[in-house]
Amino acid sequence: MIETKEPSMSGALRISAEVGSRIYQQMWRIRVFEEHANELYLAGKMPGLTHLYTGQEAVAVGVCEALQREDYITSTHRGHGHCVAKGARLDLMFAELLGRSPGYNRGKGGSMHIADQENGNLGANAIVGGSAGIATGAALSAKMRGSGQVAVCFFGEGALGQGLLHEVMNMAQLWDLPVIYVCENNRYGEYTHFSETTAGTVLGRAQALGMKAFEVDGQDVLAVNEVLTQLVAAARDGGGPALVECHTYRYHGHHVGDINREYYRPKAEELEWREKRDPIKLFGERLVAAGLASAEELAALQAAVREEAAAALAFALAAPFPDPSEVTLHVYA
Amino acid sequence: MSTLEALVAAARPEAARVITFSQAVREALAEEMRRDERVFVIGEDVAEAGTPFKVLSGLVEEFGPGRVIDTPISEAGFTGLAVGAAMTGMRPVVDLMFGDFLTLVMDQLVNQAAKTHYMSGGKLRVPLVLRTTLGATRRSAAQHSQSLQAWVSHVPGLIVVTPSTPYDAKGLLKTAIRNDNPVVFFEDKMGYTDKGEVPEGDYAIPFGVADVKRPGEHVTLVATSSMVQVALKAADELARQGVSAEVVDPRTLFPLDKETLVASAKKTGHVIVIDEGYERYGVTAELAAVIADGAFYHLDAPVKRLGAMDVPVPFAPTLEDVTVPTPEVVVALTKRLLAGEA
Ligand SMILES: Cc1ncc(C[n+]2csc(CCOP(=O)(O)OP(=O)(O)O)c2C)c(N)n1
Repeated sequence: MIETKEPSMSGALRISAEVGSRIYQQMWRIRVFEEHANELYLAGKMPGLTHLYTGQEAVAVGVCEALQREDYITSTHRGHGHCVAKGARLDLMFAELLGRSPGYNRGKGGSMHIADQENGNLGANAIVGGSAGIATGAALSAKMRGSGQVAVCFFGEGALGQGLLHEVMNMAQLWDLPVIYVCENNRYGEYTHFSETTAGTVLGRAQALGMKAFEVDGQDVLAVNEVLTQLVAAARDGGGPALVECHTYRYHGHHVGDINREYYRPKAEELEWREKRDPIKLFGERLVAAGLASAEELAALQAAVREEAAAALAFALAAPFPDPSEVTLHVYA
Repeated sequence: MSTLEALVAAARPEAARVITFSQAVREALAEEMRRDERVFVIGEDVAEAGTPFKVLSGLVEEFGPGRVIDTPISEAGFTGLAVGAAMTGMRPVVDLMFGDFLTLVMDQLVNQAAKTHYMSGGKLRVPLVLRTTLGATRRSAAQHSQSLQAWVSHVPGLIVVTPSTPYDAKGLLKTAIRNDNPVVFFEDKMGYTDKGEVPEGDYAIPFGVADVKRPGEHVTLVATSSMVQVALKAADELARQGVSAEVVDPRTLFPLDKETLVASAKKTGHVIVIDEGYERYGVTAELAAVIADGAFYHLDAPVKRLGAMDVPVPFAPTLEDVTVPTPEVVVALTKRLLAGEA
């Protein structure tokens, strides 16, 4: 079944030209980063494989634009978008993807574990749902320290099958912790449609705990941002946690090697999302329609990002691998 | 007073008094919570109840429910919360009621806490202590009696502490709380009421330093946690029979003080390793290998191992009691070993 949800194109944009450009640029940075990541894999230049975020950019950017640098996020195996949106540098990300020494994790984590604690990213996680405790614990810590920080836990709808998520959501609600659970419902967990793995509704899981729960078009960056801005402000003020289900779609396979996909999802469905619901295209059109940017300005932004990404990639490809002597470094603090 | 005793006495800052193992644990926690406001306790029934073993009684009265946090029955959940809190500036002490429940927290402990520092290239730290219990013969049957310290000792990134006396419990728990790594701290549930000398003041015992609980000449009994008392009782009996046994307690399974174990093995030439975990692939296997490797040419006999019998811990006392090493078993094995029959 193809879920079609009309994107909300109506209404004046309540953002400045500057914010609009930044949002556009951040989404485009993710898109271009992932294009390179895919090529690196196809060209055999990347050790292992990776899960691309392409198509879901509006979620990461809409959420992270609602956060401060000091706020925390936890991320997933499909985490490049979250990392970029929270403020990471592309060169150090590429370096990590390639297992190089200057990478964010000194080459010890790779695609599925990039952490950027200076920008509050507590790390991607290769255990589905595995970071729900960490995000909630960061919120507990923020509350105990009285720091005013908020934590966002990104997870795919596949993580709804994990008990940990429900355990920590219960505690977050009991104790009014400043944490927002952002469910990126991209329809598929690996090669299985979510309707085959998920009873009831996503929101219902939060509602059963008495937790605020919202559904939003995850292809509409401003819609995501609006909901998150309100929830983050409330959480900061002691208003407790919330869950947001963002309806979205991944354009590529589950991972870069998942190329023949028709046995689990039709090409027509992919095309429908790519052509009618692309978050960057839609947002660009809205910026132009609202007079906040011209088509030329957007093209210039795109070109600048491409340049940044190319330079970042060149840096990473030229960077050294970690010296084998580092293998025992940082097992213990 | 022997030289050793004099040294030990001098190392203790204040006049010793006698308290129980659980009082020592509580005292270490209370002193650390007073010293550092980032330290907090989280777990099931830790506040007013003070845990089913009453180890934490009184803490919530002093530190309040904000720092002695009662949780739902969600072991993975509250351990996960502790990992996140530890990564962001707090120093949680998790109370996991029974060591058997390690099964429920393994992902948070092993895949998250233990790997975060390494995987992040040294940027993130997880200063977390998880206190839990071990030990059988409490008539608690198969799901509340296991000694699973081998499981966590297997994992790089974790520190594993197995105190055997109130003195060690207080000093090692302080070190654990001040350490920047995830530490699993095992308490012998049958030993909570054991008494021993514990100074009132502040002292910390470093990790990776074994303690010779009793010096001897003819045989080395390497024993951990609950098995230290068993080894000491065996040593008493052996002494009556003219055999001088040295009892060595590693105190931490990782880091492991290999030097002290090997030195004792070289001195006596006979070694029995005793731990309450399952014998199969257990702590005793690792310790025996370390000793054989380091002292092989000084040994007069193979290193022998005594662990829990490889069965789920049974309920009936007549069954349960034969699953765990006892002083009698240790004495009998020692005599066979010294006679060249083991
Ligand atoms: C606990 C666990 N089980 C299984 C896997 C294998 N796995 C990796 S990604 C994935 C699907 C996750 O789906 P979802 O959470 O919806 O995220 P998405 O990939 O759609 O972004 C699975 C099953 C895993 N990494 N961790």
